[in-house]
This record gives sequence, C-alpha cells and structure tokens, in this order.
Amino acid sequence: MQETTANQVAANATSSFTEHLQRQRPDLLPFGQLPFGQLPFGQLPFGQGQQLPAGNPATPLQVPHGTTIVAMSYAGGVLMAGDRRATMGNVIASRHIEKVFPADQFSVLGIAGTAGIALDITRLFQVELEHYEKIEGTLLSLDGKANRLGAMIRSNLPMAMQGLAVVPLFAGFDRPAGVGRLFSYDVTGGRYEEQEHHSVGSGSMFARGALKKLWRPNLTEQQAVAVAVEALYDAADDDSATGGPDPVRQLWPVVYIVNRTGAFRVPERELAAMAGTIIESRAVAQREA
Amino acid sequence: MTQQFYVSPEQLMKDRADFARKGIARGRSVVVISCRDGIALVAENPSPSLHKIGEIYDKIAFAAVGKYNEFESLRQAGVRYADVRGYSYDREDVTARGLASVYAQSLGAVFTAEQKPFEVELAVAEVGPSAELDHLYRLTFDGSIADENGFIVMGGQADKVSEAVAAGWQGDLDFAGAIRLALAGLVADKETTTLPASAVEVAVLDRGSESSRGTRRAFRRLEDADITALLAEEN
Repeated sequence: MQETTANQVAANATSSFTEHLQRQRPDLLPFGQLPFGQLPFGQLPFGQGQQLPAGNPATPLQVPHGTTIVAMSYAGGVLMAGDRRATMGNVIASRHIEKVFPADQFSVLGIAGTAGIALDITRLFQVELEHYEKIEGTLLSLDGKANRLGAMIRSNLPMAMQGLAVVPLFAGFDRPAGVGRLFSYDVTGGRYEEQEHHSVGSGSMFARGALKKLWRPNLTEQQAVAVAVEALYDAADDDSATGGPDPVRQLWPVVYIVNRTGAFRVPERELAAMAGTIIESRAVAQREA
Repeated sequence: MTQQFYVSPEQLMKDRADFARKGIARGRSVVVISCRDGIALVAENPSPSLHKIGEIYDKIAFAAVGKYNEFESLRQAGVRYADVRGYSYDREDVTARGLASVYAQSLGAVFTAEQKPFEVELAVAEVGPSAELDHLYRLTFDGSIADENGFIVMGGQADKVSEAVAAGWQGDLDFAGAIRLALAGLVADKETTTLPASAVEVAVLDRGSESSRGTRRAFRRLEDADITALLAEEN
C-alpha cells in the first residue's frame, strides 16, 4: 500500500509541460488529433531527407507553409535568420510572417513547413522550457532542449504523413561548454548536430549554396548578419516561395543572435541597411543570374 | 466492538485548525512587501536550493511557510495551472485572482476532507503597472482567502514581525528600502540585530521588467552578493 502511493507520486512527478498536457488536457496539444485517420507506418517515405512526405494524395490540403531558415555559427555564438513569406500553393499567404523565435533566454528556433502547426509547436516548446525552469529552478541543458524538440517533432509524425510536416532548426548557446551549437531535425524527430551552418525549407538548397561561399570561420557578429541576409536574398532569387527583402513595404528578414549573454533580435534598421547594401551591390554588378 | 465517540463538528474543526496553526508557527517567517519598484519577497531560509519563494508566471510569484512537501506540491500545481491556462487562452489571461481562488478551493477541500489539514500558509502576489494595481492574496490552511494591502507577513511569530514591518512601511519605498525593512522585521522576534545574506532568500517582482531587462517575466531571484550590496548601501 505504502509502496503503491510512493510509486504513484513518483510516476506523477513530471517537469515536462507536454507530458502534463498529454495526461490532463491532450486536446490542447498541436499534434493530438488526426484529422483524417492515421496512415500505416509502412508508407513512410524513407530516404527523402527533408522533403515533405507524400500525404493523402487525393486532396493536398491548402494551408500556409513557411519557407526558408538559415543558421550559422560565428565567433561569439550562433545566429538564425528567416525570410518573411508564407505560401499556400501558388499564392503568397503572408508577406510578414515571422518564423524565427526565441525559445528561452539562451536558444532560438526557426520553423519551416506547415505554419499553423509549426507556430503551435513553437509556443508549446517555449512553455515547455519555461515550465521546466520554474518547476526545477534551473535551466534545461542545451542537449536536453534539443531532445525535447525532437520528441515534439516525432509526435507530429502522423500529421507529417498527411502532408502537414514541420521541420525546425534549433540553435542555442551551450553555457558550460561556452560555444554556440546548431541542431537540425527530420520529420521523424531525428536530431542532427550541424557544424558551421545549415538551412531548412523550400529555398534551403539555394541558401546552402550561398552559405558555402560566404561563410568563413570566426565571422564577427556584423559579418554573420550580413551573410545571413545575403543567403536569404539568394534563396529568394531562385525559390518563388521565399521572400526577399522588401524595400517597398519595409520588410526585412527576422534575425536573432545568441551569445554568452542571451538571445537578441537584430534591430530592423540594421537589417534595412544591410539589405540595402546587398541590393545595391547586386545592382552595380549588373549580373543576370 | 468499540464504540466511536461523538465529536461535534465545531470541536473537530477547532482541533484541525489548532493542529495546522501549531505547525505553521514552528517555522520561520516570510515577508512580502509591495513598493514603488514592484513587490519584494523575503524569507528567512538557510537553504540555497529548497525555496520558499517561487515564480508562478510572468507577473505572479508565490511565497509559503509551513511544511515543505505540502507547499512545494501546491507551488508545482500552481505553475501547472498557470501554464495550462496561459497556453490555452493567452498569457495575459493568467491572473493572481484566478490562481488564488484555485488555491483556496484546494486548501479548503483538504481541510475538510483529508485526514489532516495542510500545515501551510501561502501568499500569491501579482505586480501591476502601478503600486495601486498590485495584488497580494493571503491563503490560510482552511482555504480562507484575504486580499491584503501593502504587505503580508506569515509564519513564525508573525505578530511581532508584522508590527515591525507595519511601523516602517510606506508606499514609495524602493527595492533596497523594502528589503531592508523586511530584514529588520524578520529579526524582530530574535535577539540578534542582523541576518547574514546566506540565511535569507530574496526575490523581487520587477514592475519595469519589460523596459529594464527586456523580458515579460518580472520574477528575479537575488543572489547573496546582491543582498550584501543592498545591505551595505545602508551604512
């Protein structure tokens, strides 16, 4: 009898907000219910990397999708940037969506894929980290945070099989080690630590190409921001689903830097200046492609 | 066969209340003061890791006296309540009033239904845009709830401590002043005149956390060094 009570108390003790919701309020989870039944696991399209898995082929659901995110390390930490476009089929669903968010004081995440689910997963992840911090009185380790995000993406697998995939990119400052680190994910929740730089989303291959040429070890913060804005410019140049800097509406990418002192958003006016410099240099070069 | 003795409900409730009161008075005091800069929470607590003061949500903090396991389970329940509510509605829909009323109901239910009442007394504090909009709720072991003005003193020899704090309290104190006042209050029932920084736990709900620290989370724990620096200012 005594032992049963003790076991119950131990089993109910959780520092995870997601676990608490799963037990008490599963209806609130972004990946709780399946709208049109679950596909058998045998249909998982292996080997497609970060392509969206083929969902229910009869009716592709028309929902907004977020596009390109880039992240890289620099001398003092890591940086993440995202363009401002969401698309729905061939239509631009939003010109000013934000896809890079602070996860907590020392980490940020960017999301590509189905915008609605991605935004909810972001919100859940933010609460998850804050909840752990409040219950335990200490911050989760960076690896712990990365694993929790992987578990959330895995929970979303049934939705991903329906074509509603979410692929995040996670970056944070590892305080004990004193370095910035980058993590990428696949739709099954697989977590991969990336070196130097990485990008996800529809324009990622063009952004990756740009990063390969522009990124150098030990960039300063200013240089790293310029590299990120230019990589997104190149992605927008070739991918119709990625939005470039928009001087007409004064819209610039969202850029966060994470270093020893925390995560900060780069101010709009700095980004406007950088985007202006890039547009100018491209105009001067008079190159067609 | 043994016959159960009849105990009147009045006697039963009185016994339970006496039991809880004794448990709470054995502990050390906690002081919560609303001031110009926000709300200061000060507890006499030699442990650096077993806290009596905790963060519940953006603008809401919790302070408790009594049995650690009992108030810790209430604190965790409060964090869960607030996080679920903020996640399902919106962050600004989490209020101290809602939380305090949930606490009052739980404490009331435990007091009447369980084998023994919780030997705890809680304070739920919410910092507002100005001192008039701060909320301080005191919750006692039987589920009574009181909306307090200015400050709350709980636990230990609360009467003596409360007298000392009431004598020095003014609305325009800054954090340094409020914490000094709380510390002066905490030694009112002792022979010593000062408490070392390592023997107290201090946290604040910062009224201007958005502008000064760029975060909506107003709760901040003060380290021993910060407390020592505050106390040194006085001299």
